[in-house]
Amino acid sequence: MSGSLSVALTGNPNTGKSTIFNELTGARQKIGNWPGVTVDKKVGYVRHNDKDIMIVDLPGTYSVNARSPEERIVIDYLMENHTDLVVDVVDSSNIERNLFLTLQLLEKGIPLIIDLNMQDEAKKRGIKIDVKKLENFLGFPVLLTVARDGSSLKNMLNVFTSISMEGYGPSEKLQAHIAKAKEIESTVTDEKSRQEQLIELRYAFIDEILRESVTFSHVGTTTSEKIDHVLANGILAIPAFLLIMYAVFQITFEWIGQPIADFVDELVNDQFLGWASETLADAGVADWMQSLVCDGIIGGVGSVITFVPLIFILFFCLSFLDGTGYMARVAFIMDPIMRRCGLTGKGVMPLMMGFGCGVPSIMGARALDTEKDRMLSIMAAPFLTCGAKLPIMALFAAMFFPDDAANVVFAMYVVGVVMAIVSTKLLSHTTFKDDNSTFLLELPPYRMPDMKTVLLETWDKGKGYLVKAGTIIFLGCVILWFLSAFNSEGMVKDLNDSFLASIGSVIGYLFVFQGFGNWEAGAAVLSGVLAKESVVSTIGILYGMPDISAEAEDAVETAEVMLGTGMGSAFTPLSAIAFMVFSQLYTPCVTALGTIKKEAGGFKWMVFAAVYMFVLAWVVSLLVYQIGSLLGF
Amino acid sequence: MTLKDGKTGMTLRVDSIGESGLKERLMTMGMLPGTKIKVLRSAPLGDPIAIGLRSYNLAIRRKDAEQIQVTAI
Repeated sequence: MSGSLSVALTGNPNTGKSTIFNELTGARQKIGNWPGVTVDKKVGYVRHNDKDIMIVDLPGTYSVNARSPEERIVIDYLMENHTDLVVDVVDSSNIERNLFLTLQLLEKGIPLIIDLNMQDEAKKRGIKIDVKKLENFLGFPVLLTVARDGSSLKNMLNVFTSISMEGYGPSEKLQAHIAKAKEIESTVTDEKSRQEQLIELRYAFIDEILRESVTFSHVGTTTSEKIDHVLANGILAIPAFLLIMYAVFQITFEWIGQPIADFVDELVNDQFLGWASETLADAGVADWMQSLVCDGIIGGVGSVITFVPLIFILFFCLSFLDGTGYMARVAFIMDPIMRRCGLTGKGVMPLMMGFGCGVPSIMGARALDTEKDRMLSIMAAPFLTCGAKLPIMALFAAMFFPDDAANVVFAMYVVGVVMAIVSTKLLSHTTFKDDNSTFLLELPPYRMPDMKTVLLETWDKGKGYLVKAGTIIFLGCVILWFLSAFNSEGMVKDLNDSFLASIGSVIGYLFVFQGFGNWEAGAAVLSGVLAKESVVSTIGILYGMPDISAEAEDAVETAEVMLGTGMGSAFTPLSAIAFMVFSQLYTPCVTALGTIKKEAGGFKWMVFAAVYMFVLAWVVSLLVYQIGSLLGF
Repeated sequence: MTLKDGKTGMTLRVDSIGESGLKERLMTMGMLPGTKIKVLRSAPLGDPIAIGLRSYNLAIRRKDAEQIQVTAI
């Protein structure tokens, strides 16, 4: 028997649904967007018993009342597409609440295969489900799985290819329940009380199911409770959180990420660049072409590529933590602090990513509950010190504050965080006033994350960054190269005659009152809009040191070299601080802006972010310089 | 009393859920009049609180917990 088969996976969040999807389909999946909304659409493929099976992983939801975009997607998809099989993934250790969605779908006449997943956890918690009785009670087939156990997933595929749903239909008890639900729907006119009556009816039926087919035996405190006793309880939870975050940053920037980044840097910027320039020179390629390829493209894109390992390692760590269930605890313990800042506890995870890169940070906001929370989180993320801003801070701090460099860099992190809070407060009182934020969050049991899922998530998030390095940043580098190598009369030898110098000097006028009204700073600011990585490299090129390193640990060495150039006299310590503050806060890079456009839902929000952040940075750096001058610094 | 007044370790029964934007979501997640709730712990700064109901755990802010009338059992 051959042919094709379509399967939809539905279920509550935290049921291991995505693990099943990832384990079944592996890398044979396509991740896109559902039309019109920023919810991931995941489709995967697997071949089993001569059948091509297409599996759609629908978003995890607690119900299908069509209140949120996710719920609407689930119900629209199931009602409109006649999928061959619909699998409802149920967390067996939490069967009561999970059956709510099951019943709601059955009431809509959608035939289900009920998959009782997480059998191992249910056993540990003393929950025993009688499969035969449950099947008879509902009239639909019931499967048992442990998502990470290959044999139970193989069995699942066997069921997919052999089952015929024709033989199943609602049992008498279920029919009676559906009839009662229909009656409520047709007789109760008030929307609110109709929904409430329906919910009560469903839970009453669930209680019946449980009495009939599930036995609960008492077991002592679960491991999850014991872990939570430390990680989510009392004052100890906060140092524990800081310690875990410290470890994530150490892994990313010291232990694993940075060494890989250094390796890639060496490979691209030394070996590949050397090879390319020799090859081009030997081939007799025109000078401008050599310059474009070596200085413009390899130099520019290369500086971004070296950044990719850091991004991937950071995402890996955060995806891993998310998979363990710890991120829900972070939201739990940080909520009061975040709320005072005008945000919500659930915003911690996306904002943490902002210290790596603003792009996933902005994308992460989609997990938040309300429009207001999402918008505020999106608008706060760009203020944080992303990995690309760090070299700016490191260089200036080392040059102008050699004795206090670390403190100055740290102070800039604080400036970013404080301005994120101030701006959020400001926006929540002006632009995004409506709707009260609420906070209702499931704390799932701690679990060992499924590695395939963690890796696929890491790849999915990091991939976007690679694509952007190859498109926007590539284009940006070419433009920047053109501006720095040409003027209206053709190619220039001296940078001071280039387009970039003319544009930079115009921009420089904007910063006269901030103490850095020189054209070099102006050009650096401009290139920072393309990518923050470019600020340091532009400064390097403009002050005649094109090879300065953009890495934090070489900052001291670089600083000594740079002090000997015109840069040492172009800035005073105070104007250096003003420049750092400005760089920290101003308009995010084009990649981040593009992401804001997509996630915030429109061009106008992108323009708003660009202008608003520029103005804010301009005002704050002005205050820093002017007040600093008055105080005699 | 309301859920907000619940102390860690207490088992409570829900009497009613006040009208709010959260009511339907709470009910959907299994909190109905008559449901048993256990107060598990509060976050380090006292808010939100973690509760256990229907074999899972949920975090809820004290402000929202105030809307839920309960009886200690």
